Amino acid sequence: MSRQANRGTESKKMSSELFTLTYGALVTQLCKDYENDEDVNKQLDKMGYNIGVRLIEDFLARSNVGRCHDFRETADVIAKVAFKMYLGITPSITNWSPAGDEFSLILENNPLVDFVELPDNHSSLIYSNLLCGVLRGALEMVSAALYPPGPPGMEQGLGKTFA
Amino acid sequence: MVDAVLFEFLHTEMVAELWAHEADPDPGPGEQKMNLLVLESMGFRVGQALGERLPRETLALREELDVLKFLCKDLWVAVFQKQMDSLRTNHQALLCPQGTYVLQDSSFPLLVRMASGLQYVEEAPKFLAFTCGLLRGTLSTLGIKSLVTASVAALPACRFQVVVQRS
Repeated sequence: MSRQANRGTESKKMSSELFTLTYGALVTQLCKDYENDEDVNKQLDKMGYNIGVRLIEDFLARSNVGRCHDFRETADVIAKVAFKMYLGITPSITNWSPAGDEFSLILENNPLVDFVELPDNHSSLIYSNLLCGVLRGALEMVSAALYPPGPPGMEQGLGKTFA
Repeated sequence: MVDAVLFEFLHTEMVAELWAHEADPDPGPGEQKMNLLVLESMGFRVGQALGERLPRETLALREELDVLKFLCKDLWVAVFQKQMDSLRTNHQALLCPQGTYVLQDSSFPLLVRMASGLQYVEEAPKFLAFTCGLLRGTLSTLGIKSLVTASVAALPACRFQVVVQRS
């Protein structure tokens, strides 16, 4: 019985390492494919965005959180529910701007960077840039405010749909 | 603990990213092969590293068949949260120098989302290459040199054929 339980955590640990390692292999491959780090960052962000767009559906279906009414609430859900659910960590929220439209997430134990040591020639590579893309993609799907300004009249339409 | 669904999303993006470079709508078979190779080699690297992190007790696996069973149970559960559905081997393994194993998964998780209808059968190999590499890499860390190929008969079922190379 205890062996069985042991195996359970073992396979959980392995599946989490699988993600970290796969991500590492991906970044390595991108560094081979693109000449400069900027392009790798951009590519990681783009892939993250595509993931975020689909992740939000998974998140809403599984977490049962309702609509957030302000950005502070959004920050709380991201840090305490979403990060907990997908990466098993809870980043702290700091550096709120006075207007309340900007905040920082501090990740103390980012699982993406386990086993990683960046060589010196990649100083401008943002290793975990995928996460930024994921956040952007996911938030864009639930928040009209993040849409880029469309043609006139578009915003009204959006406002109605999302109100 | 990283949630398992993330791997699936990441894998989908990796496949999409590799094939996004094709500017011309009708890529040559060479490029297709190249992309599969890239995915396979990424999988190999990951499989190797996973193999290195296996618990000590499993590292002392005795027989070749035990290792294959380990892949079907523990590795598959860790990666896909399910066990492989069947493992078969040719019984002439003793006679011929190569051991061949066929690992069958009747609903391979990376294919499930495209499994309704026949529309995407041709796309399936893209979604198997990484896993082939993963198996080969893990085997390589466990001291078994192998060739791994995959085939799809009817979505989402697929079979991985492992041919052990004996020198």
